[in-house]
Amino acid sequence: MSDGDARAIATDRAGGASEPVLTREDRASLLRFMLLMRAAEERGLRLYKQGKVPGSFYDGRGQEAISVGSSFALAPEDRMCILHRDLGAHFVRGVSPERYLANYMGRSGGVTGGKDGNLHFGDPELGCVGMVSMLPDMAPVATGMALAMKMRGERRVAMTYFGEGSTANGQWHEAMNMAGIHRLPVVFVLENNGYAYSTPNELEFAADPVERAESYGFHGVKVDGNDVEAVFEASVEASERARGGGGPTLIGCRTMRMHGHGAHDDMSYVPDGVLESWERRDPIDRYRRHLADHHGFSEQELDEVATAVTEQVAEDARRALDSPMPEPSLASEGLYAEAFRPLGDGVAPWSRWAERKPLRPVNGNGRSPSSEASVSRSAA
Amino acid sequence: MSPEATGIAPEEAPSQTTPAQPTHPGGSREMTYLEAISDALREEMRRDEAVFCIGEDIGAFGGAFKVTDGFAEEFGAARVLDAPLAENAIIGAAVGAAVEGMRPVCEMQFSDFIACGFDQLVNVAAKLHYRQGLAAPMVVRLPSGGGFSGGPFHSQNPEAWLLQAPGLKVVAPGSPADAKGLLTAAIRDANPVCFLEHKGLYRYLREPVPEGEYVVELGKAQMIREGDELTVIAYGSAVGLATQAVDELEADATVLDLRSLAPLDTEAVLEAARRTGKVLVAHEATRTCGVGAEIAAIVSELAFEHLDAPVRRLTAPNLPIPFSPPLEQAVLPQLADMKEACRELLDY
Repeated sequence: MSDGDARAIATDRAGGASEPVLTREDRASLLRFMLLMRAAEERGLRLYKQGKVPGSFYDGRGQEAISVGSSFALAPEDRMCILHRDLGAHFVRGVSPERYLANYMGRSGGVTGGKDGNLHFGDPELGCVGMVSMLPDMAPVATGMALAMKMRGERRVAMTYFGEGSTANGQWHEAMNMAGIHRLPVVFVLENNGYAYSTPNELEFAADPVERAESYGFHGVKVDGNDVEAVFEASVEASERARGGGGPTLIGCRTMRMHGHGAHDDMSYVPDGVLESWERRDPIDRYRRHLADHHGFSEQELDEVATAVTEQVAEDARRALDSPMPEPSLASEGLYAEAFRPLGDGVAPWSRWAERKPLRPVNGNGRSPSSEASVSRSAA
Repeated sequence: MSPEATGIAPEEAPSQTTPAQPTHPGGSREMTYLEAISDALREEMRRDEAVFCIGEDIGAFGGAFKVTDGFAEEFGAARVLDAPLAENAIIGAAVGAAVEGMRPVCEMQFSDFIACGFDQLVNVAAKLHYRQGLAAPMVVRLPSGGGFSGGPFHSQNPEAWLLQAPGLKVVAPGSPADAKGLLTAAIRDANPVCFLEHKGLYRYLREPVPEGEYVVELGKAQMIREGDELTVIAYGSAVGLATQAVDELEADATVLDLRSLAPLDTEAVLEAARRTGKVLVAHEATRTCGVGAEIAAIVSELAFEHLDAPVRRLTAPNLPIPFSPPLEQAVLPQLADMKEACRELLDY
């Protein structure tokens, strides 16, 4: 990265950023994280079919560009509430496939140690608050994190996701409204994947949710959710706007859920030809071609990225399978917290964050909640 | 409201025969229950910049009951944040701010409205530490209770709803000093704490309250009267009613103020039950699956051999709280009901 990039972050701009700079290594990372999400979910689905996953199995096949492209824009001190189609964001922020797969299998090595399943996790050490099943409950929570950031005068951002199905719930309105009133530094990423379980868009809303952003007093933008760099650029612009005091952004990503709501769902409600048409717009295949055609990546280089991912997931799956089931006695532990522990910082692989000024005041007022955690993480 | 509804005239505030706290070195000042709540909030906001209030009409207006009167002037509007009518957003935003290191104190304008924020409270806040190991230090203040023709939507006592959500702490002070000490402890606690403040006690109870910092540990009951023939276990508005009843009956009775409903001081409950052999549980909230049912079950399971009579309950029946004064008084436990319940058990 160049020094100019670091300065651009520190510059107090309320409007859109200049075109964000992606290095060759950044682009390889974007591809790698999307491949990692797909490979880990494919491995998880196999484990489910082998009977090693209690409950059902949920994935985000076809939506990899959204969680990877958006989370790639974030700085370490930013915070996330990641949802169930967004495994890529967990990987970008530093969760390993091993801990993801172990969580699905209810093993002690999972992110929640067996307390919660599937994608209902967030690693507090990596700045993430885990989702709940009620949707979009994390939208008010991310709004509250942004409220804290604004109250302390920090240049940080909270980001969360929801599907278009969630926009029908009253809590969606409550969160949008509160974020708009206080111009909070929060980025809402809406994934319109065509269906709320089996219910199609035309039975979900009469007015496009992205267009509602304006009526809440902030920006709404629509991007191709299967174009990882388009999602990334919109996320950079939204987070820069938020850091500069310009308020929230709703980024609407059009995509398609290529698998059922869960592994138990045969998708019989999807008309013939729809999946085939979206298959031709697969975000990973597209990005691979894009890197070859426009950024000089050789087939060999691209194959090497894919091979490394396959090997990593195989090794992580082995370790996850070695992880023991939790002791039953753990079920009665941890109801109450003994003391407050701040969230730690996430990993921020975008080269722009390698050298820059911290986003929270050095001698900030009140608490500087995650400074200790961030020190310990960067030392690790 | 009728004095019988809460039971204690201002000059008859319960004297504490076995005070749990040492005499406060900073001196004390006569305060109402409401002033004590304001005092705790003010002290904590002065002490810790992370503490802030969020709720409907709490800023310039000072709150529907004036608990935060003058706060916006002292602390600025940003720390006494007027929220839109959106209880899930208030509680959800509090969860987010709490995990980010703030100490939010939410005000539900009436405890009845917790129903509108229930999802964030029971699904997000309550389970967060168990599921994720993530503490959410926050308080939800819940002006509760009836006795003044508030009707079905401004008179409820929602504690049983809350007690069914593991992970929440629930406290219900019955005196001004406890209101201050418990609120201070709630704000400093690392968990979501529901603070039930009985509206009928707001300007009705007055007593000397320690000035400055004053903390009452969560999860500890307090003996208000000590006697050997009967124990009345109560909290909130029922504490005064119980104290007045046993005093007027000149009964050799223990009055135990639970103060915290979760965690519950089971040891204190069992000690009193074993010592007296007769237990009456009294609360204003409705009967089924209420605190009285829980206490009766605990006493039956763990102190059965010590009992000389069935555990009895004095509660509101399973009805909405009606509006018209004679109807409301027919539903809410009155002093006469308390005295009768005590007499029946003493005579058993």
